[in-house]
Amino acid sequence: MTDSPQVPMAFRWATLALAAGGAVAPLAAAAAEVVATGIIRVEEKGPLPLSRLRLPPPDLGFAGAELAIADNNTTGGFMGQEFTLATAAVPPDQAVAAIEAMAGEGVRYIVTLADADTTLAMADAVGDRALVLNALAPDDRLRGEDCRPNLLHTAPSRSMLTDALAQYLIVQRWNRWFLIEGSHPADKELAEHYKTSAAKFGAKIVEERVYEDTGGARRTDSGTVQVQKQMPVFTQSAPEHDVVIAADESEVFAAYLPYHTWDPRPVAGSAGLEPVSWSSAQEAWGGTQLQTRFEKQSVRPMRAEDWNAWVAIRALGEGATRARSTAFDKLTGYIEGPDLKLGVFKGDPVSFRSWDGQLRQPILLVAGDMMVSVSPQDPFVHQVSTLDTLGTDQPETKCKNHG
Amino acid sequence: MRQLLVTAACLGCLGVPASAYTVYVSNERGNSISILDSDTLEVTDTVDVGQRPRGINMSPDGKRLYVLTSDDDHVEVLDTATKTVTGTLPSGPDPELGALHPSGNPLYVANEDDNLVTAIDVDKGTVLAEIPVGVEPEGMGISPDGKVLVNTSETTNMAHFIDTSSHQIFANVLVDQRPRFAQFTNDGKYLYVSAEIGGTVTVIDPANQEVLKTITFDVPGVPHEAIQPVGIRVTEDDSKVYVALGPANRVAVVDGKTWEVMDYLLVGQRVWQLAFTPDEKYLFTTNGISNDVSVIDVASDKVVKSVQVGQQPWGVAVSPN
Repeated sequence: MTDSPQVPMAFRWATLALAAGGAVAPLAAAAAEVVATGIIRVEEKGPLPLSRLRLPPPDLGFAGAELAIADNNTTGGFMGQEFTLATAAVPPDQAVAAIEAMAGEGVRYIVTLADADTTLAMADAVGDRALVLNALAPDDRLRGEDCRPNLLHTAPSRSMLTDALAQYLIVQRWNRWFLIEGSHPADKELAEHYKTSAAKFGAKIVEERVYEDTGGARRTDSGTVQVQKQMPVFTQSAPEHDVVIAADESEVFAAYLPYHTWDPRPVAGSAGLEPVSWSSAQEAWGGTQLQTRFEKQSVRPMRAEDWNAWVAIRALGEGATRARSTAFDKLTGYIEGPDLKLGVFKGDPVSFRSWDGQLRQPILLVAGDMMVSVSPQDPFVHQVSTLDTLGTDQPETKCKNHG
Repeated sequence: MRQLLVTAACLGCLGVPASAYTVYVSNERGNSISILDSDTLEVTDTVDVGQRPRGINMSPDGKRLYVLTSDDDHVEVLDTATKTVTGTLPSGPDPELGALHPSGNPLYVANEDDNLVTAIDVDKGTVLAEIPVGVEPEGMGISPDGKVLVNTSETTNMAHFIDTSSHQIFANVLVDQRPRFAQFTNDGKYLYVSAEIGGTVTVIDPANQEVLKTITFDVPGVPHEAIQPVGIRVTEDDSKVYVALGPANRVAVVDGKTWEVMDYLLVGQRVWQLAFTPDEKYLFTTNGISNDVSVIDVASDKVVKSVQVGQQPWGVAVSPN
């Protein structure tokens, strides 16, 4: 068990001699204290993404967690700590059983890639037996009215993403937005956040239009011809606008918008300039090292889901290192406390918000093959952390159940 | 005619003030080395080198500048007399920062992508040893007697103490997040390690690897996230420690005895590396975003000039004479 009493051996780590050539090998394996982590990916039977370049790889998320375990174990080798990873990919109706099984085996830190309801069901099933780290669901309610004491979020909330994009557009003085939203609940939700962000930072939504999902196959042999005819017609007769904002979490139409709009305007949001937690294009702040480490390991580019899982497990590693303990209370106390300063290759150190368990983090704005900018933008300041200009700040939180 | 020339040459010799050193600045994006005169504080030459030059080291005799060209995966040797690249040294992949043994050989290089420190014989051009360290090795410091090499690893967050005779790690000290630079005092009694994300400098006793103090920084009006310490230099008498604070655009002046911050000097944008002139009249800083170097007058701790160099200056080294 991970709650085994800590051996009181001050500076033991400082003088551990290395076996020849063995900097990365776990030292004194018999004495290493084990931190058992797990990751569960809940696989929805959803439609395919519009672009084949975005098809999910089979190890999505898992690969990020595996890299973090390797990173943690390099430090762990010096500290006498060892991290292990259990993985499970299950359909939604087996999610609760999967997390029960992991918790039953003594895994106390579990990263989840699931939708909001499934995430909540899993967190509630394990209660105080495990800390759940949400690496996928963007729903603000998980950080608000539906927050949980045992639930942290490394995936950014929708409001963080829409605030990040809004700040950049305001800096660019692209203040007039033509908002096009999908017809599914998640798209509506996202559109609401764009409206809130517009009001928060001073942009104007000149028109709101709904793109109805009429069903059918994603991709047909003559699809391009139709798209080229349909999208200009759909976007015509909008009032003067600087930018088209697409709110299409369901991935029904947004990818068709760039270069197909009636007015020659840039597209942002769910296509074009996209706010994301990670992109394989990110090279600043030593990002190249993380990218190349990941690509060497998994032979594919690192996606946002991988990064969300990576940072979750890296936070646990940092907790064990700094608390100099693998005891559950000490480790979680450290990472949820004010002292966590985790380097994540996005410039600023990151930490968890005490009021809702959300990881405060810079958001990348990426278009195609390049990173365009990183929010928060310079002109936006905050009395505590500029990162808290993104998403729900402490005074506005609806979370009563965390921390 | 001959007589005239000799006279002119002699006058030239006499006319050169003792303080005219040559300052070399690597331009990470410009793929070049800017050469400055420490007397006129002007760029006198720009030399093209390999791709992505970052760390640079000057040989003790001033004849060779070692340029770590990260994207070319080797070290280039710049002959300072002819200002040409005369050869390359094998460094292993992605060399970032180097530390030169006080004798001038070997050169120790951190291979950021490969979790290795490579020891290179600069005369023979051969690899002496590859030492496995933590994830993303970067900072490199060597003790004044050359016996202890310290490497910092950015993701493992440790300072690794390496015995230069056996090439073995004999101790590891945990420091704050993303350690970037390691600098011994000239008396060898203390080691300073900067942590970019942690925002601190850790003071370590190299004799027993004990952490003595963690120096923190607080610049009024600058967000804490922007205080990202990188380069460190210590005056010859160890009385003053200069710390480059990255995007805080400041160099901190720290008392070498009390380890209290005495001053913050406003320099260019995203200041990373520092180098003194040998007479310690000036300290040069590389400012990666404003594409310039700031010149600090060490006696008064005033920034006296900024000089435009190439694109995204990274490393800086000064000739010994």
